Amino acid sequence: MRSEPNHMRRFVALWLLANAIMLPIVIFVLAPGMPPGNGTEQAAGQVVDNTVLLALSTPVALGVLLFLGYTIWAFRERNLDGPVLDGPAVTGNSSVQMWWLITTTALVLFLAGFGSVRLLEDGSGGGQGPSPLVVPSGKALQVQVIGQQWQFTYRYPAYGLETNSLVLPPDTLVEFHVTSLDVIHSFWAYQLGVKADANPGVDNIAYVETRGPLSFEVRCAELCGVWHGYMYNPGKVASSKAAFASWIQSQQQKYSAASKVLPPYSHTYFPGPNGRSG
Amino acid sequence: MTATANRVPAQSPARQRGLLGFNMLTGIILGVVGWWVFYLLGGLIQGYTNHGFSQTGQNDVQIMLGYLGGVIGFLGGLGFLNYPIQRMMGYPPNIPDHEVEEPGLGKYFRLTTDHKVVSQQYFVGIAFFFFVGGLNAMLIRTELLSPTTHVFGAQQYLTLVGVHGSMMMGMMTSGVLGPFANWLVPLMIGSRRMAFPRMESLTFWLLMAAGVVLITTVFFGGFQTGWTGYEPLANQGTAGYDAYLGFFGLVSISMTLLGLNLAVTIATMRAPGMTWSRLPIFCWSVVATAALMVLAAPMLTATLLMGISDRTLYTAFFDPGLGGSAYLWQNLFWVFGHPEVYVLAIPGFGIVLEILPVFARKPLWGYKIAVSGMLGVAIFSFFVWQHHLFVSGMNADLRPFYMLSTEIISLPTGFTFLAFMATLWRGRIRLTVPMLFCLGWAFNFLFGGISGVFNSDTPSDVTTHGSFFVMAHFHYTIMGGLLFSVMAAMYYWGPKMFGYKLNERLGKIHFWVMFLAFNSTFGPLFAVGFLGMPRRVVTYATNLTGLNDWVSVSAYVLGLSLLLFLFNMVYSWMYKRIPAEDNPWHSRSIEFQLPTPVPAQDFDEIPVFSGDPYPYGEALAPAGAEPATAGAY
Repeated sequence: MRSEPNHMRRFVALWLLANAIMLPIVIFVLAPGMPPGNGTEQAAGQVVDNTVLLALSTPVALGVLLFLGYTIWAFRERNLDGPVLDGPAVTGNSSVQMWWLITTTALVLFLAGFGSVRLLEDGSGGGQGPSPLVVPSGKALQVQVIGQQWQFTYRYPAYGLETNSLVLPPDTLVEFHVTSLDVIHSFWAYQLGVKADANPGVDNIAYVETRGPLSFEVRCAELCGVWHGYMYNPGKVASSKAAFASWIQSQQQKYSAASKVLPPYSHTYFPGPNGRSG
Repeated sequence: MTATANRVPAQSPARQRGLLGFNMLTGIILGVVGWWVFYLLGGLIQGYTNHGFSQTGQNDVQIMLGYLGGVIGFLGGLGFLNYPIQRMMGYPPNIPDHEVEEPGLGKYFRLTTDHKVVSQQYFVGIAFFFFVGGLNAMLIRTELLSPTTHVFGAQQYLTLVGVHGSMMMGMMTSGVLGPFANWLVPLMIGSRRMAFPRMESLTFWLLMAAGVVLITTVFFGGFQTGWTGYEPLANQGTAGYDAYLGFFGLVSISMTLLGLNLAVTIATMRAPGMTWSRLPIFCWSVVATAALMVLAAPMLTATLLMGISDRTLYTAFFDPGLGGSAYLWQNLFWVFGHPEVYVLAIPGFGIVLEILPVFARKPLWGYKIAVSGMLGVAIFSFFVWQHHLFVSGMNADLRPFYMLSTEIISLPTGFTFLAFMATLWRGRIRLTVPMLFCLGWAFNFLFGGISGVFNSDTPSDVTTHGSFFVMAHFHYTIMGGLLFSVMAAMYYWGPKMFGYKLNERLGKIHFWVMFLAFNSTFGPLFAVGFLGMPRRVVTYATNLTGLNDWVSVSAYVLGLSLLLFLFNMVYSWMYKRIPAEDNPWHSRSIEFQLPTPVPAQDFDEIPVFSGDPYPYGEALAPAGAEPATAGAY
């Protein structure tokens, strides 16, 4: 039998080389384009998370793929018509198992710890229910998001305004109160990095800290009936606080008649007038 | 084995021979009769209590009772009531000691206690409903060719989505345990039958009834809730949603019984010498899956009964307007639903780890760690369900816990990968068609698993939740994982089960087309989700048109690749029929030491096991030598 090369050493060298090539590409080329962009503090925070996850999963994926590729290349039976020959009767190796367990456990615990720290930092834009655990510091602008089949309505209690378009001031902490009048919807403002389910009878709170001006898209992300696919509207972060104030003023004028007959502001509006859903 | 020895020998099948005995035809006739009797009965009941709770103007009491009557009639017509009635009238038990050879096709359309026939019934039944579900997927992709509606209306589209999801998540849960475990487990553990042979048949016919019930949804206006059936939207549903409830109700009962039967069989029917540590790894995956089914599926039964009672008995478990909770359904559904997705993954682990040693020509590396991996996944899967509800606003303070538990589940999953990779190392890898599918499984499941890490990370999940990213993730794990392993099993055990060889060249073409088309379909969907497309929408942003069209075209090719497989089955069966050898793969597991086709009684005498389940390797057998019987004997 001719002398075998050291397969494990070759594989490790190959893996290191692949990482040296791929990791810079992943971190510097792919990661900046990760969703949902850097439009707000929370969205930018998610980009950081996605970058870390991508950078950590690259060596794992490369390791498995190269291992599969290398074994197929190096240990493949090339003569399938010849006699059926067996490989070595190795049934396990406790030190390999131990190191595998240690490595994967460390990776998993790091990921869970990292994710928790990131989540507790600024809430990450997710819905936190009626009593949020993570409240970013600062004075918050309350905006209520009311889902119903099949549109979102927005209430600004500080201005006594109800409207169906969403405009936010720049550089401000916004406190979304998401609720529903009928079935479960989900308020997803992609570029803001916000997603919170709208449940009937529940006040689901999500925070976002806006940065500069931004156009964003609001879509319903929970199947809510026939016209679920049509439940979307554009929104924007205004170019300045003055622009936001003048938008509020114009909306107040536009809806001055309607706002007199609106039901009073409340965190939930359920049960509805006829006492039942839908 | 001695337990059955004093029972009457083989039951004469003559009583059931005729067309009008107890068979599928009688079942269908009595099923239709049962539907109408109970349907009319329901009309009478509703006539007295017409409060009009249902917001649809349809009589849900009538329809739910109709389904119940139809199923009872169908099962009665198939003869499932005969035995209990006979026993009640004082006849002695008549379980045959072993099956007898029965020529003809009649046995496939009846209650049968031969585990190999039940498995073949499962093959055809599951394949049919998989085809229906797959066709729905093709229609969904057709609609998504353009960003606006152009083929189907919104209502039709949602029904397609719902039926596709329910069919795949409901019926395909039995996709491995039904056809493969029913066939393999008794052979692998050296038993001649399952612990409960009638129940084995019952699980199959219940599943078929369930499939038909789901399809009837189109007569009642479809349902718009997707396979998750979230309340309170479901309460707005027409009677089409009753079909969903009836379907999943039957599936959950079938799953519970199937899991129970397999678990009891493995626990009690093992031949002498088949200790737990000699159990083939496939049987271990069945143990883990069966445990999930027995523990999780009754949860679904209960949830659906609550849903049914909301629609018929005027309760209000899920109606917030009447004091119920919209969260309750989500909680109950996912307590079942998350173990359920592992029901769709673990059998795949078992299949690839069972096949791998045969083609790497090495013993399974790390048998114990592979077993503990499967059992670990099964146990942890009960503690992760609220990761489906990260942004729902419910129990938001528990999100770090569910993040941790979800990420921990990747540890036991990693054991499977360790066993997989280490078994390959320094083997003599034979790239046959089953082996190609096993490698395809590893490739796909790797990306399914890694994308799952993004979903489990709560900050990242804020964007990916409910988007096409999630959809791509679970198609990678279920379709890329389970379906590829099922294909490996089809090419590996298929010749043994059906008695003819499958064309190798067509098999290789099938693998490559399916593998490339699969990745070309679901790979881009990660990007589509990352770019902000929610699931289950009939319209989408116009800048995603190019990606969606690419995906749709790839999906058609993926569909064609499955037709290619069907063509291979039919071609090799009818036109180029080559009888399969007894042991075409030089496998050393016991089922390949039996003649092809496997005789009805399986073994002439019950085998005694004395060795390792994977006796491959240079140290144990001289190279090139093939033992006359299994090393396991």
